Amino acid sequence: MAPTTPQEPGLSAVPSYEEEQSQARFDALIDQDSRVEPRDWMPEKYRKTLSRQISQHAHSEIIGMQPEANWITRAPSLKRKSILMAKVQDEAGHGLYLYSAAETLGTTRDEYNEQLLSGKAKYSSIFNYPARTWADMGAIGWLVDGAAIANQVPLCRASYGPYGRAMVRVCKEESFHQRQGFEILLSLSRGTEAQKKMAQDAINRFYEPSLMMFGPPDDQSPNSQQSMAWKIKRFSNDELRQRFVGMIAEQVKVLGLTLPDPQLHFDEEKKQWIHKDLNWDEFMAVIKGNGPANAQRLERRREAHREGAWVREAAAAYAAKQARSEVA
Amino acid sequence: MKHEELDEALDSFGDALASATRVTPGNALRPEDIAVDGVKPSEEVARYALTLGDDALILAQRMSHWISRAPELEEDVALGNIALDILGHARSFLTYAGLAWDKTEDELAYWREEEEFTSLWIVEQPNGHFGVTIIRQLIVSIFQNLLYKQLAQSKDETLAAISAKAVKEVDYHRDHAIQWTIRLGMGTEESASKMRHALEILWPYVDEMFRDEEVHQDLAGIAVLPSTLRGAWDEEITAVLADAGLEIPATGQAMAYGRRGEHSEHLGYLLAEMQVLARKHPGASW
Amino acid sequence: MSQQSNWPLWEVFVRSSRGLSHVHAGSLHAPDQQMALRNARDLYTRRNEGVSLWVVKSSDIISSDPGEKDSFFESPQGKDYRHATYYKASEGVKHL
Repeated sequence: MAPTTPQEPGLSAVPSYEEEQSQARFDALIDQDSRVEPRDWMPEKYRKTLSRQISQHAHSEIIGMQPEANWITRAPSLKRKSILMAKVQDEAGHGLYLYSAAETLGTTRDEYNEQLLSGKAKYSSIFNYPARTWADMGAIGWLVDGAAIANQVPLCRASYGPYGRAMVRVCKEESFHQRQGFEILLSLSRGTEAQKKMAQDAINRFYEPSLMMFGPPDDQSPNSQQSMAWKIKRFSNDELRQRFVGMIAEQVKVLGLTLPDPQLHFDEEKKQWIHKDLNWDEFMAVIKGNGPANAQRLERRREAHREGAWVREAAAAYAAKQARSEVA
Repeated sequence: MKHEELDEALDSFGDALASATRVTPGNALRPEDIAVDGVKPSEEVARYALTLGDDALILAQRMSHWISRAPELEEDVALGNIALDILGHARSFLTYAGLAWDKTEDELAYWREEEEFTSLWIVEQPNGHFGVTIIRQLIVSIFQNLLYKQLAQSKDETLAAISAKAVKEVDYHRDHAIQWTIRLGMGTEESASKMRHALEILWPYVDEMFRDEEVHQDLAGIAVLPSTLRGAWDEEITAVLADAGLEIPATGQAMAYGRRGEHSEHLGYLLAEMQVLARKHPGASW
Repeated sequence: MSQQSNWPLWEVFVRSSRGLSHVHAGSLHAPDQQMALRNARDLYTRRNEGVSLWVVKSSDIISSDPGEKDSFFESPQGKDYRHATYYKASEGVKHL
């Protein structure tokens, strides 16, 4: 850091003896595959990276409630309605587990929420696509939750303790999500022609966005290296994508449906799956806010926040009155 | 990843958490059990069970709309739990009623017309703002709590079993509604005024809940006569409102006859939304 | 939005079954103790995870300073005579 740059309090250009010691302790924890806990010293960049990643993850859960909530009131059977409601509710729960982990890094949930509502924070771009049909509930469960699980299981071992613990909880619950999605598609694929068509159409729309959920290819993902070194990430974007596409290529056969990727095959020589080129321009456009449902998703969050303000204020006011009367 | 592999992987690095994340499905009565083991109810019992199922179904449909729209995320989860409980009650009662007519819960929910629904007007009233939903919950959950408590003693074993599970859940819904009524009633001037308004727009549908109808006759020892619950209900809700600094409003009572299939204008829209997909695909399974 | 409407943070502890200790499960926001307990029930026991709950306002928890780890937790190190395995001479004696 150049000496002329404004300094954050407590940081000097030349690391002090204490800072070197702290850095060494931190490095040793990472080397030993131990865990970093909230009150430990950690490099500012590590804190920021985690803070951004965990909160984005939490935002994704919260925004991710919307496409599915869109079908709760129209679910075609009462059993499916119960399952879907439980699932969307779980997503609120997962968002809360993750905000809870993110708050241990010194940023409050209100601040994270503010970042989301102002449009500053990012979240998983796939939720900016509309859920047009009931079959989308299947495709989202199977493909989107499937990709999320592939991403999240290794995060249970993330070097930051609260994140890993939150992810264990999330992953345990997610395993039901993927299965229920697959079973929705299975019922549709064994149903009427119209149902089967609906299922195939949903897979066609969600296949490519789900592959892009793992992030850009490794050679275009500059932050990944550092995250791997810090043992936040354990596998690269491409490794996870490979694993996922291999799984769904098999699973789709059970459904009797197809993936919209005629060239998808396993290259025995390269020992990897070859899939179609993904449309990263669209991905970037959606991330930047130009997806079909970005505006709708954010406005729904803002509306809930706005409409709920009087309730939050009233509860806080009541608590304050109670606290005063206890003192008196 | 296979389900078993995932579980194993999670267990291996979740040791410290294992005791706080251990999950079990529990062993409570489920709608599926009623369909398999249930004894066929008589026509009279089935018609009574249908009224209870319809109340729960329409209320669950209303409550389910809140998920992703609540004032705070914790409340999304709380309202979700309540909606799920109520939907569970609906499924159990409808499944049981349906046994009398060889109809499934879904046939009853998706393929009846508006005038065949026997639910009360209070449950079809729109969610409004959070305070309206809370007052509706307060009115209904105190009623259902008293009702299911008695119904758990019914001579009809299935009704008794469904109610015995439901009453514990409804007791929690009642507590949830009471906690919020007090906070919003005693919170700010704005919240108190919104709560007074909520009481005014919902109170006209109170009397209907307690009116004994034809469907309740000839079921001595099996059904609960709604009129017998009024005294306890009045006492309880008056006490809660007093704690919340609120009063019973001086409104009239609507001529509401939901039990006879005569509904407010709200139910048609609710059913149109609920039934649209199922009706687009007759005979399909999901 | 006024600052006063921010609900405080609470830590949640779950006893998964009788005979076990309460274990930290996570945190949540609630306006007061009563609501914190209810939110904890709704959030952390949706799948029968618990038979008992504790909630504690996060700001009321005092924790040890990891920076003082050495002085705080050094003392028990090396006192192996506190452990049964230290006593070798009595090995082989029954019921001891």
